[in-house]
Amino acid sequence: MILSQQHQMMQKLYRQFAETEFTDELLDRLEETEEFDWDIHNKMAKYGFMGVKIPVKYGGQGADSLAYALMIEEFARVSPVLSIYANTSNSLGAGPLLYCGTEEQKQKYVTPVAKGEKILVFALTEPEAGSDAGGTLTTAVQDGDYYVLNGRKTFISGAPFADYAVIYAKTDPTQRGSRGISMFIVDMKLPGVTCGKPEKKMGIVGYPTSDIIMEDVRVHKSELLGPLHKGFSTAMKTLDGGRLGMAAQAVGMAQGCLDESVKYAKERKQFGQPIAKFQAISFMLADMATEIEAARQLVYSTAVRMDAGDPETNKLCAMSKLYAAEMCNRVAYKAVQIHGGYGYIKDYKVERFYRDARIASIYEGTSQVQQMVISGNLLR
Amino acid sequence: MKFIVCVKQVPDTSGVVAVKADGTMDRSRMATITNPDDLNAVEAALALKDQNPEAKVIVVSMGPAPAEGMLRELLAMGCDEAVLVSGREFGGSDTFATSQIIAAAIAHIGLDEDDIIFCGRQAIDGDTAQVGPQIAEKLDLPQVTYAIDLKLEGDKLIVRRQLEDGYMTIETSLPCLVTCIKELNVPRYMTVKGILESFSKPYQVFDYNELKDEPLIELDTIGLKGSPTNVYKSFSPPLKGAGVILDGSPAESVEKLFAALTEKHII
Repeated sequence: MILSQQHQMMQKLYRQFAETEFTDELLDRLEETEEFDWDIHNKMAKYGFMGVKIPVKYGGQGADSLAYALMIEEFARVSPVLSIYANTSNSLGAGPLLYCGTEEQKQKYVTPVAKGEKILVFALTEPEAGSDAGGTLTTAVQDGDYYVLNGRKTFISGAPFADYAVIYAKTDPTQRGSRGISMFIVDMKLPGVTCGKPEKKMGIVGYPTSDIIMEDVRVHKSELLGPLHKGFSTAMKTLDGGRLGMAAQAVGMAQGCLDESVKYAKERKQFGQPIAKFQAISFMLADMATEIEAARQLVYSTAVRMDAGDPETNKLCAMSKLYAAEMCNRVAYKAVQIHGGYGYIKDYKVERFYRDARIASIYEGTSQVQQMVISGNLLR
Repeated sequence: MKFIVCVKQVPDTSGVVAVKADGTMDRSRMATITNPDDLNAVEAALALKDQNPEAKVIVVSMGPAPAEGMLRELLAMGCDEAVLVSGREFGGSDTFATSQIIAAAIAHIGLDEDDIIFCGRQAIDGDTAQVGPQIAEKLDLPQVTYAIDLKLEGDKLIVRRQLEDGYMTIETSLPCLVTCIKELNVPRYMTVKGILESFSKPYQVFDYNELKDEPLIELDTIGLKGSPTNVYKSFSPPLKGAGVILDGSPAESVEKLFAALTEKHII
């Protein structure tokens, strides 16, 4: 796909920003401390990256899904974890609010999130309910003007430092499966809300993830998001954009792996010549580049088709996520292979990319869930 | 109040350097960037606009049509308007002719009592540092070069200059021209919203016909014909060999150095 002049400028901006600001020192610090870095968050917020896809009316930049995908890709090319910093607000954070929030809710929550002043996270997964949302055990029981929430959400990216969370809770226990679930905007400072200890993760280190525990949390009825009992089906409609973003992240990570591999293959000498001269290595590079480009084109075209209201969007986003995530893992494997023993050492960038890549086929719907979505669309 | 910033699109010296048979640069084969010092000039103007929101920042560049891409980027950083001075008659201009044309373009935009013109110190392709000062001379304006800090106080501009052996602080009346060095600031990035807006901001091209009635524009003072500079020859300087680092104790190093110098008959 040929990018418009504006999208090319955006790509240049994202690349310049990532290459300049995502310094090795910062990336190492994230890895060592495992903590959220407010300085880079604030810098990204200053340039509006938190709200790239959010309308100008709500404090965002008013760009399209392709602009968002390009940003996640370019950021992930240098740092997969920092691409997540700018992701949530644009996808699963503000997504459900923009999709079905009231005007008042949008003004109150989306605007500060778009500006990076507040952090909003998405809390669907539970210990017993991951891919199968039907197992949701968190409950919300109406009590006058309030709903009383009880339950536990798990693996919630950004929970330890979030201001708000979109929480999914069962409001009608008589309905089975994913029915009878509603969405609530929960202020993380409300009495009864606590976070678990941040998880020790394999990758995406520096963006803390934890449980959210709710014990008799009283949420005002004005914080009910979207129609009562129909939260899950509403949520499903907002997941497409998130999947597209994660597909873009996978493309960026894979490109980062390829960049490092090309550089290394030209430098590293064995048997008296650079290893890039060996077909065993150069063909691996060729395969990596080809797969990356195929995934990239799928992601870009899906972004454009999604914004154009293509009825196949749900399937296309799942395809993008499935293909890009699996591709990214194949590419990361080859990148480490090309680096040999050095690829197994933390001083080399591909070691981190390899660990980061592993999440691509897991979060925001595993590859198998994407296959379910794709086949579900085919076999309707 | 207007802040007019003069910018130049230059070859990206970190990429391929291509030279034509006649010794001039083959710009079509080289990647381009906005001249780094000019970005500091843009940032200086934008920072001053942040404090004086009523001011308008206008970027002016002389160059071929593709320079539009650079100007759109500067609009995306927050500049309000862009002017590209472009025409066959202007081609081949040296610094004398260029400053003549840009001064005419600025006069054509119109200079008010409280306006400031910003330039980068020098361009990385020619490294002359002449165009800024010459524009000031041709417009008969006060000029302050090598600005490392600046402050607008009422109708005066206070500029701190960085010189080789120290600093100098100058107060000047407006309108004036300031040339900026890279230590002055860190240029901001574009924003996505700025990129989207950059294509709907005022963008004008001044060609020869547009400027020909300006007093500074005479056919024998612009373009290749009006340029007193002629390129006699251009060549790549021979590469210096890699240096040698002598290690060991100072006494050993001196001995090695002495041996090396003797060997080359230097001593």
